[in-house]
Amino acid sequence: MSSIRRTLEGSVRRDIALTCLAVLFIGLSYGAIAVASGLPLWLPMVQSVFVVAGASEFLFIGIVAAGGNPIAAALAGLLVNARHLAYGLALPPDITGRGWRRLVGTHLMNDETVVFALAQPDYPRKRAAYWLCGLSLFAAWSGGATLGALIGSAVHDTNAFGLDAMFPAVILALIVPSLRDRPTLRAAAAGAVIALAAAPFLPAGLPVLLALAAVLLLIRQRKKRP
Amino acid sequence: MTDTTLIVAGMATLAAGTYAIRFAGPALRTRMAFPPRAEKLLEAAAVILLAALVATTALTEGHGFAGPARSLGVLVGGVLAWRKAPFLVIVLAAAATTALLRLLGVP
Repeated sequence: MSSIRRTLEGSVRRDIALTCLAVLFIGLSYGAIAVASGLPLWLPMVQSVFVVAGASEFLFIGIVAAGGNPIAAALAGLLVNARHLAYGLALPPDITGRGWRRLVGTHLMNDETVVFALAQPDYPRKRAAYWLCGLSLFAAWSGGATLGALIGSAVHDTNAFGLDAMFPAVILALIVPSLRDRPTLRAAAAGAVIALAAAPFLPAGLPVLLALAAVLLLIRQRKKRP
Repeated sequence: MTDTTLIVAGMATLAAGTYAIRFAGPALRTRMAFPPRAEKLLEAAAVILLAALVATTALTEGHGFAGPARSLGVLVGGVLAWRKAPFLVIVLAAAATTALLRLLGVP
């Protein structure tokens, strides 16, 4: 941890702390919603430790609370999480660790850790950001979910504080530097349009995966200008 | 209420499957050598996925529109990000805009 502190600038650590604070509140509402919809107390607690992927967990408890089959809910959650395969390919080699550390580092991969890592300029800082963000986010998410489940209905509607706007704003803030590259911006915009066009018709998770088709724009582009 | 064993089985499926998906990317990456051009494309693919994630989480809820409050909040954050505002300002301005609009009765 001390080497992480030396490697990363204070501003990056502050940004990670703010992101964790937002995730803590989302975790609170996740735990509270799960319990409020009639699911057992341990469900959000255990799930937040073993899955650590917010969107898929919300989907899982939503389907199960509505009386759906838990295995079907798990498959829907896996569809939402399929994007992590592309994240793992985009990360520099060994950033998730070697040997036993990889077992931990693998579990820490999520939207925020990946975007913080990719936003860093060099390998040591990418690795430090990945681990610092991953470990603190894990604590914030599982801690928030546990607390939320325990205090349950005491948590009011977190949307009133605009918390639902924070997750997309965090990701957007971190990818803007990459979007200043014109071809990347065009491909990202095309991907966003594809996902939005598909969202009304397809199950959660699939629209975002379809956006990957926009990579083709970059392949054609780079062939034209060798 | 669904049977507890079935819920645990569903949760275990989600946890194990997610772990396997997370493990596969870096494992493939260390086993194969990618040319630099492919590495650039892989990183761009992650940016495209993240952009699509921003668009869907900012604008949609389930299969419908998320409402103008959240969308405008994220838009304010995006404009600030493009103008190189500090991260803290971007994220808090997005949340504050959304909260303020909701206070004014915008859904």
